[in-house]
Amino acid sequence: MTITSVIRPQKPWQASPSQRLISALVLVGAIATSYLIVAITPMKGKLAYFFMFFLVFTLFDFIFHLVSHSLPAAKDAIARAVVVLGISVAVFPIISILGTVFVRGYKGIHWGLFVHDMTLNSVSDPINQGGLLHAITGTTILVLVAMVISVPLGILTALYLTEVRGRFAKPVKFIVQAMSGVPSIVAGLFILSAVVYTVTKSYSGFVGSLALSILMIPTIARASEEVLLLIPSDLREAGTALGGTQWRTVAMVVVPAARSGLVTALILGVARIAGETAPIILLTGGGDAVNGNPFRGPMGSLPFYIWKAWAVGTPESITRAWAGIFVLLAIVLVLFILARFLSERRSSK
Amino acid sequence: MPQTAVAPVGTFPAKRELTTEPRFSDRVFRGIVTSGALSSLLILGLIFFFLTYQGFSVLRSQGLHFITGSNWQVIQDSAGNIDPKATQFGIAAMLIGTMLCAIIAIAVALPVSVLSALFLNFYAPPFLKKIMVSVVDLMAAFPSILFGLWGFFILMPSAEYWAKLLHKYLGFIPFFKMEVPIFARSPFVAGLVLAVMVIPIVTSVSREIFSQTPLDRIQAAYALGATRWSMIRAVVLPYGRSGIVGGAMLGLGRAMGETVAVYSVLNIVYQVNWHVLLGAGGNVASMILLKFGDAGPEEVKALMAAGLVLFLMTLLVNSLADLIVARSGGKGR
Repeated sequence: MTITSVIRPQKPWQASPSQRLISALVLVGAIATSYLIVAITPMKGKLAYFFMFFLVFTLFDFIFHLVSHSLPAAKDAIARAVVVLGISVAVFPIISILGTVFVRGYKGIHWGLFVHDMTLNSVSDPINQGGLLHAITGTTILVLVAMVISVPLGILTALYLTEVRGRFAKPVKFIVQAMSGVPSIVAGLFILSAVVYTVTKSYSGFVGSLALSILMIPTIARASEEVLLLIPSDLREAGTALGGTQWRTVAMVVVPAARSGLVTALILGVARIAGETAPIILLTGGGDAVNGNPFRGPMGSLPFYIWKAWAVGTPESITRAWAGIFVLLAIVLVLFILARFLSERRSSK
Repeated sequence: MPQTAVAPVGTFPAKRELTTEPRFSDRVFRGIVTSGALSSLLILGLIFFFLTYQGFSVLRSQGLHFITGSNWQVIQDSAGNIDPKATQFGIAAMLIGTMLCAIIAIAVALPVSVLSALFLNFYAPPFLKKIMVSVVDLMAAFPSILFGLWGFFILMPSAEYWAKLLHKYLGFIPFFKMEVPIFARSPFVAGLVLAVMVIPIVTSVSREIFSQTPLDRIQAAYALGATRWSMIRAVVLPYGRSGIVGGAMLGLGRAMGETVAVYSVLNIVYQVNWHVLLGAGGNVASMILLKFGDAGPEEVKALMAAGLVLFLMTLLVNSLADLIVARSGGKGR
């Protein structure tokens, strides 16, 4: 006798159509009830709708599960609703921030922004005059100088923690963690007291970069350490077995293998400091003209420009501030997506 | 017998000396790497040294009063010199403001972050999890001035309304009392902005800790008939408890040191203010930024000393947080 019926895989945990219908009814009922409650009572506003809907939905879901299943299932339903509420509250500001920056910022974006500086204009002038050129070049120079200082130090720290693993590995790891919590204003004050008051006696882009490096080193060190730890030991052992010294193994096997990860670490470091404001205000002096020399003269930058325009407070200057934020956020977003893309590609290989 | 270059047939060449001594190139390499790694130690030491060096005279003349007093006034005599007797620097008001804002931030951020971490680990379908993790991480990379402007223009009008509600319905709690109805630019608003800033940090630490929960315990709980929530309560939360505490402290450290975002939304008034809804307050970092612009040499020294106090405070909180996070995991029921 042959088997005629094919056994289909069953999914008994899946919701049946009738269950789905009931959940949909609960949802619709909750929306309607919450709308009614808000309409009848003196409460008003989007927030009232949101929370009332949440409360009513949770209550309905609780009752439904209590009737159809049991008390533990009903508690589970409440927990699910609360957890979803948590993630919505966490994500809502991000959407609001991105939306606000786009809506308010794009009005101030025009081509002249990228070819003019502010030497001939004040921030209260109409938005189509003047531009961001000095701020963009300034931020680029600040970030590049900070990179030159902190990339070697950060990567050396990571190499020490993963490759050399010397006597100081534990304290260094601890120190790097602690350093990543140094407030940016303290980094600014430190450079002020240690470099500006004692050596240079003047504000410049370079001292700003020094303060930014203090914030950048721990970011790069931690991200590179994570990447280097992912390199399989087989590679190191193979390098040593071929007769390589540790130095050659690291330089020719480990670092090339971790290259894209190290670039990701670098990008994360840049994203960390690109919008850093407090030390910039203390140290760079913030000029209005394009200044290509980090060692001499005040240097403008995007955070400083935003800060200044916002502090003036006229409608034009606030539009300028939002336009500046728009450009800054665009830079951070591009860097972040680049970092994600690189690390994705690495993990899929 | 002298050693010959070519060994005679049937004998072996002299044994090569085996050593674990690193070669010269390796010693150079290790030296460079070690000195690079010790640079962060050096930087931290230098920060401490220079801030102490600059702030020392103020710390000595003010003594303990620098931390306990809440007067900040530079008194000059008729010749324009600074009168060291009458001049007072005390940052107690700002220290209280710092703690107030940071605690509000954590009180708001901690539940939201833990719930988000639970959602990402145990509730979200894979595609949603991937997107959400990226979004939350992206938020951690936002510059603080962006939070400041957003807080000032977008959050503050709503937060003012919420503050009025809190005052109306919970006004009997001492913290929410108000003598003068000024709701704008209060520590409450600053705390909310800081909360938005630390949510990604606390979320990613908690998520990391939760994802280390042993799978066998999770499956054991399910096998015993637990619902998802009772599994979380019995397995995940006990396992991750200390990690959550560590993450919260990490967020606290970040919130204590924040400058620009607080400066943008808070009405900085130099007075001790326990009423979180009242539009007056400050924190050490934003006070430094505010006073720095027109500070004389003596006042700058006092600001350096204030920076030192802030540095030590954040260092302490962060180190404790790291110890707690590092020790967590591997425990639980």
